[in-house]
Amino acid sequence: MAKKFSHALFEKNVILLALATLVTVSIGGLVEIVPLYTIKSTIEPVKGVRPYSPLELAGRAIYIREGCYNCHSQMIRPFRDEVERYGPYSLAAESIYDHPFQWGSKRTGPDLARVGGKYSNAWHVQHLIDPRSVEPGSVMPAYGFLLRRKLEMRNIARHLEVNRTVGVPYTPDMIAAAYADMVAQADPEGDHDHDGLLKRYPKAMVADFDSKPGDLTEMDALVAYLQILGRMVDFKKYTVRDLQQ
Amino acid sequence: MTAVTAESLALAKGDENVTYNMTVVRQFTLATAFWGVAAFLVGVVIALQLAFPILNLDLPWTTFGRLRPLHTSAAIFAFGGNALLATSLYVVQRTCRAPLWGGPSLASFLFWGYQVFIVLAGTGYLMGVTQSKEYAEPEWYVDLWLTLVWVIYLLIFVGTLMRRKEPHIYVANWFYLAFILTVAMLHVVNNLTVPVSWTGVKSYILWSGVQDALTQWWYGHNAVGFFLTAGFLGIMYYFVPKRAERPVYSYRLSIIHFWSLIFLYIWAGPHHLHYTALPDWAQSLGMMFSVMLWMPSWGGMINGLMTLSGAWDKLRTDPVLRFLVAAVGFYGMSTFEGPVMSIKPVNALSHYTDWTIGHVHSGALGWVAFISFGALYFLVPKLWGRRELFSLKLVSYHFWIATIGIVLYITAMWISGIMQGLMWRAYNDLGFLQYSFVETVEAMHPYYVIRALGGILFLVGALLMIYNIYRTIRGDYADDRVALFETNAPVDSGQVPPATA
Repeated sequence: MAKKFSHALFEKNVILLALATLVTVSIGGLVEIVPLYTIKSTIEPVKGVRPYSPLELAGRAIYIREGCYNCHSQMIRPFRDEVERYGPYSLAAESIYDHPFQWGSKRTGPDLARVGGKYSNAWHVQHLIDPRSVEPGSVMPAYGFLLRRKLEMRNIARHLEVNRTVGVPYTPDMIAAAYADMVAQADPEGDHDHDGLLKRYPKAMVADFDSKPGDLTEMDALVAYLQILGRMVDFKKYTVRDLQQ
Repeated sequence: MTAVTAESLALAKGDENVTYNMTVVRQFTLATAFWGVAAFLVGVVIALQLAFPILNLDLPWTTFGRLRPLHTSAAIFAFGGNALLATSLYVVQRTCRAPLWGGPSLASFLFWGYQVFIVLAGTGYLMGVTQSKEYAEPEWYVDLWLTLVWVIYLLIFVGTLMRRKEPHIYVANWFYLAFILTVAMLHVVNNLTVPVSWTGVKSYILWSGVQDALTQWWYGHNAVGFFLTAGFLGIMYYFVPKRAERPVYSYRLSIIHFWSLIFLYIWAGPHHLHYTALPDWAQSLGMMFSVMLWMPSWGGMINGLMTLSGAWDKLRTDPVLRFLVAAVGFYGMSTFEGPVMSIKPVNALSHYTDWTIGHVHSGALGWVAFISFGALYFLVPKLWGRRELFSLKLVSYHFWIATIGIVLYITAMWISGIMQGLMWRAYNDLGFLQYSFVETVEAMHPYYVIRALGGILFLVGALLMIYNIYRTIRGDYADDRVALFETNAPVDSGQVPPATA
């Protein structure tokens, strides 16, 4: 009969204990995470999802900087009440260009996955300056300082490049036009290549978001980001059956 | 011979021939107390902000969005991290009868390096430097620094284990080792980013969308599982037996506890993503393992609690042991609640609500903080060569004030969480949603006030501890033991454990 196993083996050898521990804690992660890259049905094939426009990407960086994810989710669950309150449930495809993802874990405030187009730019600006002036019961902090801060994103092209490095399909054309596109999106009256912008980034909202003509502020960027959320995919074209895997 | 008896023998033989590095343990002990108060204070501030939003002050660096990561990181990495470093470096030396590998300067680097990490991370949050991954908010330059510090920690810990004079590695060290190794793995994989520039703070993570979500919660849940559980179980396996002066209940159970806990925990991450765009198979797998995790968790709790066999009376007379044992009780409670909340239909109600916040705090306040308080109260007299603490009566006040604080906190969050979850899905007779979102926010107000009150009590308890530690280090004794704990027992004798070991 083979020699009886004794746990003393691990208790007397640090290296063996460390290796066995590493193997033990690696299995779960490997089994759960690796298939997400290899199983094709993980991400539904829907049309419309595109990389963020430079201004939206800058706005997203402000959304992250201010920690909006601490109170707002961007993930609508497939429940009757959530779909009625927020819109069609979220698809994996809708966040493929999100580095990192912004699904969130807490709804101190409402879900924002489809907030785009639901409110006017003026409402968003007023709400960010003084949340309780438009929603008396809100507990959100005020973000008036966004209106006073110029958007400091001279190296926006570099941001697009890095996103390209991690897998977002920004083209050389998009990277070359990044700064011009960023300025153009918030300046509808100015002399810019708006057609090119909309060709590169369909459905991007072109507007003077903060109503301060000629002044590109952080408020412009954040509202531009909020206004694209959930608008990329046209859900009139899809039924639940189409999305079934 | 079991590891348990080897350890007790080592203590019986005495440690005259070994010069331990207790300087670094003292440093980490003080840092634990300091950061604990800081973390609780920021917690109270953000709790009050949710009840009274005017307290956000309309300044960029004082908004809830920036202070919340400051609170969570201060609690987990500053308070919890320093507690783990203090206790692990104490325990590994005592149970190996060997001084720290690498000498005093490497240990000193570990201490200051870790504090620099905390300050870099914290000041970053206030200035809006974050990569928005919960409990992994620090940007790339802080991550790199922590990686260096962590490797030093691993080297010191493993090096000390290798030069041990005991044949067996004591069980507490298995848990500490698993904590150090696994946190290293999680930290590196979850923070693989490409910086925008080497002189700037912003970076973009390698993963995106659904893959990033699961990588993050594989990290996030195991920050709980290995930082806040495995590491603190190391504390339990050393300090509960020491303070109760009883051996660990079951050696066999500790082996089963260790391997099953570390194997199962790592699978549980997907329960943070129920009903999201994560594929169903991954959600179900996460739920299944979360439910299974209940067993090793309670196995560990039983091993900790039953260690008191024959010494239960000490709970009445020793408030330090009461902290340690109540912590194990809270551990049992939150590791039961966790699996319940991971069941998908329950999660459908609880997710996105305050119920999760309450659950986290029954673990963080009840388990992590209580067992750390117990360990601090145990360590301080020994590290500064005092016979006992300045005042056990103050420890007892701390215990009860903090316990009432926790009860207020978690009951308020249960009510607000379940109520909000139900309000979100309520329909009226005509088939419309009954409540607008903001109505559900307004309904939270009284519970947010009660929660803040609970937090204030917890903070007050910690301030009592600071005072008690300060007076103990000064060498004062309050002489209040007899009056408080014994009405008919003989005066003193036997109340005060011997000053060594």
